[in-house]
Amino acid sequence: MAMNRIVSSSSSISNLHLLRSLSQPLLRRPFSSHADDDKTILTVETSVPFTGHRCEPPSRSIETTPKELLSFFKDMALMRRMEIAADSLYKAKLIRGFCHLYDGQEAVSVGMEAAITKKDCIITAYRDHCIYLGRGGTLVEAFAELMGRKGGCSKGKGGSMHFYKKDSGFYGGHGIVGAQIPLGVGLAFAQKYSKDNTVTFALYGDGAANQGQLFEALNIAALWDLPAILVCENNHYGMGTAEWRAAKSPAYYKRGDYVPGLKVDGMDALAVKQACKFAKEHALKNGPIILEMDTYRYHGHSMSDPGSTYRTRDEITGVRQERDPLERIRKLVLSHDLATAAELKDIEKIFRKQVDDAIAEAKESPMPDPPELFTNVYVKGFGVEAYGPDRKEVRSILP
Amino acid sequence: MAMAMTMAVKRLGTRFLISKRELSNSTFNEQKKNPQEGKLVNLFSAINQALHIALETDPRAYVFGEDVSFGGVFRCTTGLADRFGKQRVFNTPLCEQGIVGFGVGLAAMGNRAIAEIQFADYIYPAFDQIVNEAAKFRYRSGNQFNCGGLTIRSPYGAVGHGGHYHSQSPEAFFCHVPGLKVVIPRSPKQAKGLLLACIRDPNPVVFFEPKWLYRLAVEEVPEHDYMLPLSQAEVIRHGSDITLVGWGAQLSVMEDACADAAKDGISCELIDLRTLIPWDKETVESSVRKTGRLLVSHEAPVTGGFGAEISASITERCFLRLEAPVSRICGLDTPFPLVFEPFYLPTKNMILDAIKATVNY
Repeated sequence: MAMNRIVSSSSSISNLHLLRSLSQPLLRRPFSSHADDDKTILTVETSVPFTGHRCEPPSRSIETTPKELLSFFKDMALMRRMEIAADSLYKAKLIRGFCHLYDGQEAVSVGMEAAITKKDCIITAYRDHCIYLGRGGTLVEAFAELMGRKGGCSKGKGGSMHFYKKDSGFYGGHGIVGAQIPLGVGLAFAQKYSKDNTVTFALYGDGAANQGQLFEALNIAALWDLPAILVCENNHYGMGTAEWRAAKSPAYYKRGDYVPGLKVDGMDALAVKQACKFAKEHALKNGPIILEMDTYRYHGHSMSDPGSTYRTRDEITGVRQERDPLERIRKLVLSHDLATAAELKDIEKIFRKQVDDAIAEAKESPMPDPPELFTNVYVKGFGVEAYGPDRKEVRSILP
Repeated sequence: MAMAMTMAVKRLGTRFLISKRELSNSTFNEQKKNPQEGKLVNLFSAINQALHIALETDPRAYVFGEDVSFGGVFRCTTGLADRFGKQRVFNTPLCEQGIVGFGVGLAAMGNRAIAEIQFADYIYPAFDQIVNEAAKFRYRSGNQFNCGGLTIRSPYGAVGHGGHYHSQSPEAFFCHVPGLKVVIPRSPKQAKGLLLACIRDPNPVVFFEPKWLYRLAVEEVPEHDYMLPLSQAEVIRHGSDITLVGWGAQLSVMEDACADAAKDGISCELIDLRTLIPWDKETVESSVRKTGRLLVSHEAPVTGGFGAEISASITERCFLRLEAPVSRICGLDTPFPLVFEPFYLPTKNMILDAIKATVNY
């Protein structure tokens, strides 16, 4: 490829130059070396500038490395593949109950991870499969949990909405809308005590943005200067209700009033990374900040929602064509010559296989044992007694 | 003018209907009176019919909640927005506390506020408004104000795959609050009559609808406006050996158990409580005086469930008549599980075993 460029350039390159380049190996740098290259600095501009509320927005120019771009691509491709596989599993009735898919929103998870450490905490609502993966969860654990098996991250007792990962500060997966926000602020409170320069990202949706508890938590966070970052993943639809029908002011980054806010293009992983980096610095110095991620979900609210009764298919395909986070990174990778299109397709094929293997392994995992029904209601040892149906003959006292 | 006249006459007419209903205590008479009336509809259609009638007969009735405008996630509110307009049937943002508080205020001005909480599992943010505001308004203002026009409708109960937050039965929390009424129908015909009675009752009511039955239960429901009495239990199966008390979807499980018990020669009397508070102690007591044995069954966890109240009250009233301890076959004392739902729920066989154990005590 490099050869072609030199050959086709019309500038007067001396023959010497041409000869020299000919004598060098004609292979371009292999993809694998790009994947390890975290020294070359590439500067990328975000698609749209940030909009700030009561704060000076960060710069639109973001520095990144080939390694980071390729890892973005890989992470997002894996997440995308996982969600699509979960869709098929649900339709095959291997996943039951509720399943809320995140495809389209992957950039938020991936960008956030790039800006923070595993000591920072993330807490989110029920659209948590990809956040779990981003925090270091494995595919097998994710699928096993979705199918309710023992090998799942919550031992099969949580299901789709309740993924947790303690060792990387992922506080879950919450079913009740908005309930995770006061929890997140509480985590930030604890972090302030621990003085280890960590922050909490409490994620919520545009539907939850109208819950009273959000404002209660925000007030407390601002009053006590807690390192809490509230991230509104605004995919513009609260289940089937468009944001303008639910909120008087859909400018969620401004809703904090006295709390600064930043509006970010949530489909641009680099913008998300920049914003989260900015927010972390801000939160450690000045207290809470709200980030509004302008993002979009391709699937409906959950698997029982076709997703097309309250928005047009044209809208969905339009976003997919114009703003798809995976495609954006793919274009960046290709334009910076970090890999060929064929190599990227190969990666996606590998991930497809990885996901299929993970599903097969997860299917092997058994269902939780019946006594698990009673464990962890209280702390072990504090006794829950279960009675047989006639309550007189069979009494098992559980650990 | 003419509209107001016809509506006043209609209201008079319905009052006549109520008093007739209050005399008869079982469905048998009602069925015989109108055997051909009504079409086969399921639960959500019956509730839809009741809401249509409620809005038709009272121009100051309003239906609101999350996503009710397009028909609701269970289709209970289909057609209402088209027929009565967006001023009377409207969506609220996602805030249960706000919804109920708003409903209390609307009812305090003399309107009929029919609020929907999308799933009973989400009712807890509104718990303060229901318990501290709605239930006590009349009492603390010395009857100057009241929010009797408030009816809160919410789907409750197991649905097979609901997990922790789409299957809960929170009726016991509200039964502990004087000032509220809690009503749970068992079938489409009951639901329509009870819901209309709740909407028109001058007290705040929480109306739980068994979501499992929304599509599954199909019954002939009369198309006209009718109400069923509140605070009146119904004996739906007569027997002489043991009394079973339940409500909602659990009754169909209990009916199966009664049918199986009949094969073993045990004659079961099954009572649908219908209104949980204030509950019809007299009907249950007279039944237990006849049979001498009581079994209560509900999906909610056994400890502190409403079965405990029934058990305690009946034991107080019928202690010397009881032949065996009151048996409670209920959900387990754990959060509503995900994959373990079949183990958690009180099944027909559990009830059957308990019937036999109680009878053979």
